[in-house]
Amino acid sequence: MVDLSVNIHQLTMKNPVTTASGTFGYGLEFSDFIDLNALGGFIVKGTTLKHREGNLYPRMAETPSGMLNAVGLQNKGVDYFIEHIYPKIKHYDTHIWVNVSGSTVEEYVEIAEKLKDLDKISAIEVNISCPNVKEGGMAFGTTCPGVKSVVAAVRKVYPKTMIVKLSPNVTNIVEMAKTAEDEGADSLSLINTLLGMAIDAKTRKPVLSTVTGGLSGPAVKPVALRMVWQVSKAVKVPVIGIGGIMNATDAIEFLLAGASAVQVGTANFIDPQVTVKIINGIEQYLIENNFKSVKDIIGALEV
Amino acid sequence: MSKRVVDAEIIQVKHLNNKYFTLAIKPLEKLEKIEVGQFLQLTVPNAHDVFLRRPISIHDVDYETNTITLLIQIVGKGTQKLSLLAKGGLVNVIYPLGKGYSIISKGQKALLVGGGCGIAPLLYLAKELNRAGVEQQIIIGFRTKEDVIEYEQYNEIAPTFVTTEDGSMGERGFVTSHPLFKELNVFDKIYTCGPEVMMKAIAKRAKEANVDCEVSLENTMACGIGACLCCVTPTVHGHQCVCTEGPVFNSKELLW
Repeated sequence: MVDLSVNIHQLTMKNPVTTASGTFGYGLEFSDFIDLNALGGFIVKGTTLKHREGNLYPRMAETPSGMLNAVGLQNKGVDYFIEHIYPKIKHYDTHIWVNVSGSTVEEYVEIAEKLKDLDKISAIEVNISCPNVKEGGMAFGTTCPGVKSVVAAVRKVYPKTMIVKLSPNVTNIVEMAKTAEDEGADSLSLINTLLGMAIDAKTRKPVLSTVTGGLSGPAVKPVALRMVWQVSKAVKVPVIGIGGIMNATDAIEFLLAGASAVQVGTANFIDPQVTVKIINGIEQYLIENNFKSVKDIIGALEV
Repeated sequence: MSKRVVDAEIIQVKHLNNKYFTLAIKPLEKLEKIEVGQFLQLTVPNAHDVFLRRPISIHDVDYETNTITLLIQIVGKGTQKLSLLAKGGLVNVIYPLGKGYSIISKGQKALLVGGGCGIAPLLYLAKELNRAGVEQQIIIGFRTKEDVIEYEQYNEIAPTFVTTEDGSMGERGFVTSHPLFKELNVFDKIYTCGPEVMMKAIAKRAKEANVDCEVSLENTMACGIGACLCCVTPTVHGHQCVCTEGPVFNSKELLW
């Protein structure tokens, strides 16, 4: 038996595999396909203070080895989540984290205050990196003062584990990571999507209603790996790796680069059972390579 | 009804003309009950440049032989690759997905209108309407005679009329040019699938005649199971996913 458990701040996860916000709905969408209890945790989609309709269709473009999205944080708001969704998911025996987003610092604070009393929500993931909304989101995550303003304010009101999700659309992600750590982040997750665009040459128009969108999928994996490697060397808090993980080998690469856990995102759209396959694949890798614990491979990259 | 992800054996690939082909597949487990108008998400095997699954409408279902038939139009690199599949190979499908058409009651009258590849969900629908004892008529519209497919199959189930834009077969013009549209109020329900501009025109005529109308949308989607929120359409209830709240909507629900 190998030990698959990992720690993120004060939380122990049964394995390092969680799901990226916005790719896994509220978990329930996948309950026909997998046992959600098998996951290390799942992260529910971006939640805002008020209901958001999101951007106009079309919101998606298939790209080489990936896709662009411009959903724009469509959700029914934090109160709806607490009243209608939370009761349906709280019985699951795994970590459930809520990804939160706001257009002002005050909104982030208000959402965090509403979520802190939910027993089963063991952490929030502060999203300062959504590229698809006009206000907030990435605007906070691309400057050190922006990062500081949100992270410090949420830290004051949220006593449980606070994960900060970083944007790759910056000149130096290590600076953003260090700022978030200094302001009290308990963990950092990265990367969110890379800003990109798609054009339809036939119509001479952009494919997405918003012109630009966020790129995800295996196309971004090398960038994500590099950033996870850089950040995990520079900070003390645990890093959660995200970016184009399609299989166990991809996940293992992130762990080797220094991530203590991973989030599987776009791959869920192609194979709704991929998370469980990745967990099994990591276990197999550990057995074949004579590791007793997955912790033995975290940051074990030999440079 | 639970959603499944399962491998399926390709038992027939039949090219109908240079645009359309049918793909018959046999899931390697007993078929789930499929509602009329539902769809599945199909992998495109051996295509490194096709990243996502392709949502394909269910054309026909045969529970006795455990077979699902799909009618596919070659429109892009994904469907192009699918057209090259051969009997005996495997594809992976997620099914059954979405909300389909609602079946009206025995003795009521239905008009089915399909445009181009939009005729796909109407075959299984027409068969189920027949079983339910619904009286129906079918209009299938194409650009030109060479594009017309499966007329005989539809006509076997119910009286079927063809329209072509150039008049090379059947009535000349769009589906709405057909004389049946002059007396729409004899019908209790209009079921349609096809280009959005066609469905909008039909929904408008249905509204004028005070007849209920169900349309099937085909927005581009990533997951097909309501997780990615990419395929939304504006409705009276706000943005709704075509993959879970549709693909079939009552036209009154849509902001058309």
